[in-house]
Amino acid sequence: MKRICVCIAAMAMSLGTVALLPESKRVSAHAQQGAPAGTGVKIDNFSFGPETLKVAVGATVTWTNRDDIPHTVVSTTGTFKSKILDTDDKFSFTFSKPGTYPYFCSIHPKMTGKVVVQ
Amino acid sequence: MVKSKDELIHDHNHDGIDRRGFLKCMAWAGTGALCVIQGGILKSYSLSQMSQWREKEKGHLSFVQISDSHMGFNKAANPDVVATLKAAVDKINGLATPPEFLLHTGDISHLSKTEEFDTVDQILKSAAAKDVFFVPGEHDVLNDDGKQYLERYGKASQGAGWYSFDKNGIHFIGLVNVLNLKPGGLGTLGPEQLEWMKKDVQHLKQSTPIVVFAHIPLWLVYPEWGWGTQDSAQALGFLKKFGSVTVLNGHVHQTMQKIEGNVTFHTAASTAFPQPQPGKAGSPGPMKVPTDQLKSVLGITNVKQVQGQHALAVIDSTLG
Repeated sequence: MKRICVCIAAMAMSLGTVALLPESKRVSAHAQQGAPAGTGVKIDNFSFGPETLKVAVGATVTWTNRDDIPHTVVSTTGTFKSKILDTDDKFSFTFSKPGTYPYFCSIHPKMTGKVVVQ
Repeated sequence: MVKSKDELIHDHNHDGIDRRGFLKCMAWAGTGALCVIQGGILKSYSLSQMSQWREKEKGHLSFVQISDSHMGFNKAANPDVVATLKAAVDKINGLATPPEFLLHTGDISHLSKTEEFDTVDQILKSAAAKDVFFVPGEHDVLNDDGKQYLERYGKASQGAGWYSFDKNGIHFIGLVNVLNLKPGGLGTLGPEQLEWMKKDVQHLKQSTPIVVFAHIPLWLVYPEWGWGTQDSAQALGFLKKFGSVTVLNGHVHQTMQKIEGNVTFHTAASTAFPQPQPGKAGSPGPMKVPTDQLKSVLGITNVKQVQGQHALAVIDSTLG
């Protein structure tokens, strides 16, 4: 019997990077209202922008949700995890050790990004 | 929109459904259509033909699927999701055959807040069908991995909230595919649930009609937007022996149907807001339509068991 195939698409995404476990401390949401340029990640259109963010050791990165739908920011390796971020909510995390930190939205797992701390 | 010719028959036994016929069925689904298989032949009717069809179906199980009520959502795509859920209940209460029960295929709430669940429960109390069976959407398990959902709706369930029950000789299976999602991946059932499902169906006769319902589609609707379930093929593999399998999902906020062998896959409209067709926008977020058209892109799905027909009839209708 022939079969119908409505959507044929290959899923190809991998996050193979290993992160170091830092002794970072989480700062509360909204604590970084005036986050300096270059340490912000905008969540928009079901994506993290920039997808790869490079920051210096000690930088505090702030994610802001600009979508009409809630998202989360969750480290793939368990390093950090936001609460649910509704529209305009923010989450910040301070990276105190160098390394590559992959993360994703735990409710829309196609949304992935990483922070590279140098 | 196809209006000139509103009946479609394809011999499904040796040639499958051709793409044109399938798309025609999809186009109708947006405005209310009936797709039914009779002896392996797919027939589609427009709603204008429904009155004559209704005569044949009395005395059989009828239930309604609603989905994605997103209580608490208040953005431009629909600032009043309470009103549209109430409109859905009005639609249910106006059906010629009152449904025995409702299935809610998840995203009951928008932010997993207690008051959001409370509001939905309150509104659904006014539906003619008193029983409501739920499965969670990803919006119902935020922050607590589904603990609150489970306490509220999952008392008689297994694991993270999966369960099965029987009505009128039909075996219903409610699955959970919105937890423990992996980076870059799709919906996930997980080994524990799959093992449970395998045991749940192994004692059933091949002639038992099966209805599976879950939030995220159990077929690959559009993986680029996460519209599919990683391990759904394993779940469907357990159902190969059955002659009639109906799979009901939500999540994509639009009606779609696919028929593959003896399995009918169907996604329901939302009662809250529409989402774009796969790939037709930059992201699957809420789609704003002119206010006076909103109810034409929201809806309910009525499912009926019809004597002499193997498959269940799945009928979508819009809220306005």
